[in-house]
Amino acid sequence: MLQIPSGTLATAFAEATVRTATPLMLASTGELLIERTGIINIGLEGVILGGAFGALVGATHWGGSAVGLGVSACAGMLIALVFAAATLGMGADQIITGTAITLLALGGTGTLYRTIYGATGSSLSIDTSARLVIPLLSRLPVVGTALFAQPPITYVAFLLVPLIWWFLERTHAGLALRAIGENPAAALAAGVPVTRIRFLTTLVSGALGGVAGGVLVLSQAGTFVEGMSAGRGFIAIAIVVLGRWHPLGVGLAAFLFAATTSLQYVTQALGINVPYQLILALPYVLTLAALAGVGGRATPPATLARVE
Amino acid sequence: MIGRGLAYLPEPLRRVGYVSLILGIGIPLLLRALGFEAGPAAAALLRGSVGSAYAITSATLVRATPLILTGLSVAIAFRAGVFNIGAEGQLLAGAAAATAVSLLPTLSHSRWSPLVALVIGAVGGGLWAGIAALLRARFHVLEVISTILLNFVAAYLVGYLVRGPLQEPLHIYPQSSTIAVVARLPRILPSSRLHVGFLIAIFVAVAAWWTVRFTAAGFRLRAIGANPDAARVAGEIDVARTGTRAFIVSGAIAGLAGAIEVTGVTFALYENISPGYGYTGIAVALLARLDAGGVIASGLLFGVLEAGASAMQRDAGVPAVVVSIIEAFIILGLVVAWPLHGAARRTPRVLQEVATPADQ
Repeated sequence: MLQIPSGTLATAFAEATVRTATPLMLASTGELLIERTGIINIGLEGVILGGAFGALVGATHWGGSAVGLGVSACAGMLIALVFAAATLGMGADQIITGTAITLLALGGTGTLYRTIYGATGSSLSIDTSARLVIPLLSRLPVVGTALFAQPPITYVAFLLVPLIWWFLERTHAGLALRAIGENPAAALAAGVPVTRIRFLTTLVSGALGGVAGGVLVLSQAGTFVEGMSAGRGFIAIAIVVLGRWHPLGVGLAAFLFAATTSLQYVTQALGINVPYQLILALPYVLTLAALAGVGGRATPPATLARVE
Repeated sequence: MIGRGLAYLPEPLRRVGYVSLILGIGIPLLLRALGFEAGPAAAALLRGSVGSAYAITSATLVRATPLILTGLSVAIAFRAGVFNIGAEGQLLAGAAAATAVSLLPTLSHSRWSPLVALVIGAVGGGLWAGIAALLRARFHVLEVISTILLNFVAAYLVGYLVRGPLQEPLHIYPQSSTIAVVARLPRILPSSRLHVGFLIAIFVAVAAWWTVRFTAAGFRLRAIGANPDAARVAGEIDVARTGTRAFIVSGAIAGLAGAIEVTGVTFALYENISPGYGYTGIAVALLARLDAGGVIASGLLFGVLEAGASAMQRDAGVPAVVVSIIEAFIILGLVVAWPLHGAARRTPRVLQEVATPADQ
């Protein structure tokens, strides 16, 4: 059994939690926005994957993690655009379209990856983005490096939660957005451009989902692997339900999920003999249990997943 | 000309015919767009899927077997307005259960072993779907989300089993022992890999078609999918119970697919035993317009496509993941061109029930 000072272990756990939470927060706040307009995008998984591939293309062809993130946002929007065109433009079923979008991204990124980088692309590596260390605060015990020595995008993800709360609850545009999800007919009668706002929101959430994928490549893995989103899109959708469609709840739920995922580092370090695969399954099981607990009481936007 | 001929075919077959026609033109164009040589790639696809009696029986029909069953699984659930996206996880649960039973020392030398394995596989799939069905009925958890989460849990569970309780005795490879020859499904033809599981899949599809079409249970299934409120009020149908049953039957069929895969094709359990059969099943079901009989035709088409894609990767260097793009376009095209009225187009029931107190 390894002897690790408990302080180091706590720091590693906190860092892993923040690292895991970042892409989940980006993706789930984006999904929250469209779900509040009454749309559910099961294709978020595909959006994240598209963003991850976009980050690879951006970083290897033009260089720099900022460019990579920009390209990942564009790639996410592009995939969200396909979703929006089918569902909002042509009235296709949201859940089936979302499933198709995920398949499309899986096949599209896999094929393009092999076409552009060849079968040996696995050796491809990108410099992960530099950390923005905040003086003094980053020296706090345990949580210092986890919270205050992170890539800039992590701070953006964490600021996004209160920002989206403010937008939804305190601005006219946010009110219009919520009204669409609860009663599109009334919103339309009140002069709110329902389809246009849904369309724009879908694109914004596509950009956020894309950046979530970009984070996986640029600040975590440093490379692209086929199917590397590994279910994070579906998790983000569960997180929205778990957070009861409220920005602060979603932020908290993302954090809880990330903490459960990071438990694997603790069990490993302490030499606790729990099979690795079961630890990996734990966050999914806990999410299911939590959804069952929330299920009866949470109220989704009234028109969620309904085609007009 | 061909299009005119297709017009005389019965409904689901005609749709599969049209889609095959579009694919015949679309696939070469897609390959060209991706920068591959379309001619040799398309030739490899056809050679590997329908080019010889061996390709048809050992590649296409073997590949179509799980697709027919997962397509059927999805079709039955969607028909009842249940969005079961979890055929993948249910298939894995069935495969794991069937492997465990087939490796039991008492059973592994009995000639009843394959039959028992198939039944236990179906039970395993049904139970796995039952978790989501219970969460849906009791706790109003959206089945779209719960089934997807359970897919991941099932995948990790298989990963654990093949490194733990079910790992081969030498503990070198992450897979189970190979099941005994008596425990395997018999082959139909001695010179090919085609096994009895294909006939079982066809039989189950025909039986499901007959049940949905001609029995009271089938009528209830169609009624709650088409209009749950009318079914409740006019037909006095217990919507929740009928939905739960359809959900579990759907899972059992996917579980059967997993059991057939283990006893007929792989003879062992390992992590990547399913290359996404459960997800492809959604495309199969939609192409068949959720018709159990049509699933046979669309399952065969996807069998051709996937068997051909493997050959295309091997012989022409075109990555087999191209098939995912094709499947995605098929789903998108179908869902736009032929919107599903009734069943699959409705809001999931749970959302309505959550939005309005359930006890009303």
